[in-house]
Amino acid sequence: MTTTKSPALPLPLPAAKALVLAGGLATAASAFIHWTWTSEFPGDLTIDGYPGGLQILTLTAGLLIALFSLPLYGVKGTRWLTPAGPNAPLLVLGAAAAATTWFTLIAISTELGGLANLEPGGWIAGVASLLPLIGALGLPQTGSTVGLPSSGGVLAITKHYLGAFTRLVGPNPDLAPVKPLNRWVETLIIIAVAALGLTVFTYGIVTEYGELFIGFLILTGLGTWALMRAGLISRLTALTARHRGTTTAAAFAAAAAFPFTQSDDHFASVGVNILIFATVALGLNVVVGLAGLLDLGYVAFLGVGAYAAALVSGSTSSPTGLHLPFWGAALVGMAAALVFGVVIGAPTLRLRGDYLAIVTLGFGEIFRIAVNSLDGVSGPKVTNGPNGIRNIPDLDILGFDFGQAHTFGAFTLGRFANYFLLMLLVTAFVVTVFSRANDSRIGRAWVAIREDETAAQAMGINGFKLKLLAFALGAALAGLAGTVMAHVSYSVVPDPYQFAGAVPPNSAFLVAAVVLGGMGTIAGPLLGATMLYLIPEKLVFLKEYQLLVFGIALVLLMRLRPEGLIANRRAKLEFHEKDDEPAAPAESDDAPARTEPGPAGLTTAGA
Amino acid sequence: MTTQTVPAPRPEGSTAAAPLLEASGVIMRFGGLTAVNNVDLTVNKGEIVGLIGPNGAGKTTFFNCLTGLYVPTEGTVRYQGTVLPPKPHLVTSAGIARTFQNIRLFANMTVLENVLVGRHTRTKEGLISALLRGPGYKKAEAEGREKAMELLEFIGLDHKADHLSRNLPYGEQRKLEIARAMASEPGLLLLDEPTAGMNPQETRAAEELVFAIRDKGISILVIEHDMRFIFNLCDRTAVLVQGQKIVEGDKETVQNDERVITAYLGAPLEGATDAAASTEADQ
Repeated sequence: MTTTKSPALPLPLPAAKALVLAGGLATAASAFIHWTWTSEFPGDLTIDGYPGGLQILTLTAGLLIALFSLPLYGVKGTRWLTPAGPNAPLLVLGAAAAATTWFTLIAISTELGGLANLEPGGWIAGVASLLPLIGALGLPQTGSTVGLPSSGGVLAITKHYLGAFTRLVGPNPDLAPVKPLNRWVETLIIIAVAALGLTVFTYGIVTEYGELFIGFLILTGLGTWALMRAGLISRLTALTARHRGTTTAAAFAAAAAFPFTQSDDHFASVGVNILIFATVALGLNVVVGLAGLLDLGYVAFLGVGAYAAALVSGSTSSPTGLHLPFWGAALVGMAAALVFGVVIGAPTLRLRGDYLAIVTLGFGEIFRIAVNSLDGVSGPKVTNGPNGIRNIPDLDILGFDFGQAHTFGAFTLGRFANYFLLMLLVTAFVVTVFSRANDSRIGRAWVAIREDETAAQAMGINGFKLKLLAFALGAALAGLAGTVMAHVSYSVVPDPYQFAGAVPPNSAFLVAAVVLGGMGTIAGPLLGATMLYLIPEKLVFLKEYQLLVFGIALVLLMRLRPEGLIANRRAKLEFHEKDDEPAAPAESDDAPARTEPGPAGLTTAGA
Repeated sequence: MTTQTVPAPRPEGSTAAAPLLEASGVIMRFGGLTAVNNVDLTVNKGEIVGLIGPNGAGKTTFFNCLTGLYVPTEGTVRYQGTVLPPKPHLVTSAGIARTFQNIRLFANMTVLENVLVGRHTRTKEGLISALLRGPGYKKAEAEGREKAMELLEFIGLDHKADHLSRNLPYGEQRKLEIARAMASEPGLLLLDEPTAGMNPQETRAAEELVFAIRDKGISILVIEHDMRFIFNLCDRTAVLVQGQKIVEGDKETVQNDERVITAYLGAPLEGATDAAASTEADQ
């Protein structure tokens, strides 16, 4: 399975190994000295012995390198971390450490105005963080090596080295299944992974300034790549697939633990907004990911749910004057969105492809304009037009007032933390609906329609009816999320329910969350929505360039991972057709089709 | 609407019973073009009927009229005595399944999932029962999987149940398409050029497969260009030329018919008729 086993840099192997380990430790240690002289740079990097802000990221990267270099020395037990060998992941981790550290140094010198602002500690960190990368380049890599760039400008040379680096790291491995461990050990591992996930997510959400968030993205992005290349991710995926119930419970518990880690209700409000956005994205995934219907007006269903719940919430500005309990409001919101979905779907679902997208875009705008007009002047007084329905009272479920802070032992849960936990239950419900619908006769019919509608009809599938069902189910799920959203945000106004805007949720962001995260998966839209919510929120310091940078980031992501961050099995094959062909080992008997390996065969042979 | 099929009766001699499929006077016009002109065709229970003709003769159009993909301009198609509804999914649930000339599998679904989709009309579990996951649902899913695996065993693809159908070699894709069609438990199976692109060995294997399907009590109507395949297989063969059925009968009748030879090989120059002399000689 291996092709080239030569290092990119001619170093003696023991020296390379030592350089990686020592470099990792040195990088970690360099986070303990001060890098700059003034606390003007956010995070305060001026204190010796106390890493702050971005230094913590450098520390983490250094420790990860040290951990992953242990298999180089054959330390017992650590080989489990790198089933596909430690060399390639170390290369990526080395790049991660160098990138995070150098990003910090550059940020310091540009923001404070000059290299003079770097104390010797900063230079030490810069040099130390390069050592593991150099060492890892001296390790034999299975990927292919590439020579010097022929010519060209800075851009071309950068592109060349980035491409060379990617090729040197090589493709992610396809591992043979391994013998399961002890049941309890596996459960513990799942719990540990969930706790680690919570830590990473919480860290990302509570980052206080943009520089730290960018550093965080660099480290988690490259770190995830390293773990994937190490084969650890696929090993963990196999493990979680064996214990699906435990995994779901652990993930749910980790998410529920989030508000307990916060003393300030601010990040709980970020959390609940992320959950609402993510849940709606998952609902849209039924329509886009499973049935393959591009709906560009989906946010209208969220709006229908929110307005319906607001109208029966007992708000003083609601013309109905009704005050239903939450379960009643939730049912009303779902039912209203469902009806709206069927009303919109019935005429539009006869269209296919782009035509459907255009028509749903139009209907989404019709909703917003309609609620703007139902103000008692241009139409009947229902929604108060642009003023919206305000003063929506807080929920009170079984005497638990969501508007008040509650204290449980050492923890205090504020208003948003209460709603976070409620929304988490809604998310869990939507996840259950999605996964059960997906893995059923109906879900298979949806995928069949997406693949080839004519063939699906010839198999006895009533295409129109099933597409309408997908549309209605997706609408109802968004409506449910809308009912919570109405209460979280005190008021419901028409503005957020538009096609495109600078902040989520809007239809364009929702589609982007699904596509970016990975169509047809559960984790994909949840992760995609989290990123799409956090990136604009954390990039506020870029001011007017915020959307530009955001757009560039999206284009790059789709260029690098067209199947989405979390690809389902099908999408992965769809987008990486040529990489896949010679890989499947079980098909070696189809010799005639595979006599010529070709260039694609050569590059993947190193896997 | 039930399609419980009894063990195959003898292919010949059962003409006294009502035909399984009865197309009478089917005309299909696209604007000024008459693609299928007044075609009558019957398929009896347990029969294998062939439909041949030069390219562009209207065979696939006729197929599409039978399966509800097209609504015939004139004429009726009856299945077991009732007129077929003009919707493909209703035709399938009535008991007619088909394959496509250019393979139309669900490429990104697994082999097993493809067959499970084929069972769609024979299962009833809706969204609610899928969400609740009651015992009835689990039983139906398990049963569906079992039946699908039986079909995969029948065509010899059970060892590839978890492969994506796009990764199968061509011949196996054809087989899988047949299994997917059979999953709807049809009384009549329409095969549109099942051996296109196959080598002689694969064609022979396909022949055996078709006989085995007939032995399960399923009647078959097959479009083909491979004459040897058709004449080995079919109890009866109908020849379609320029939208019209010019002859129907057993091997000898068709092979010795002047008009068929003219249609396929062209007429001798001096005796040129108005038949489709210019159509290409296939095979």
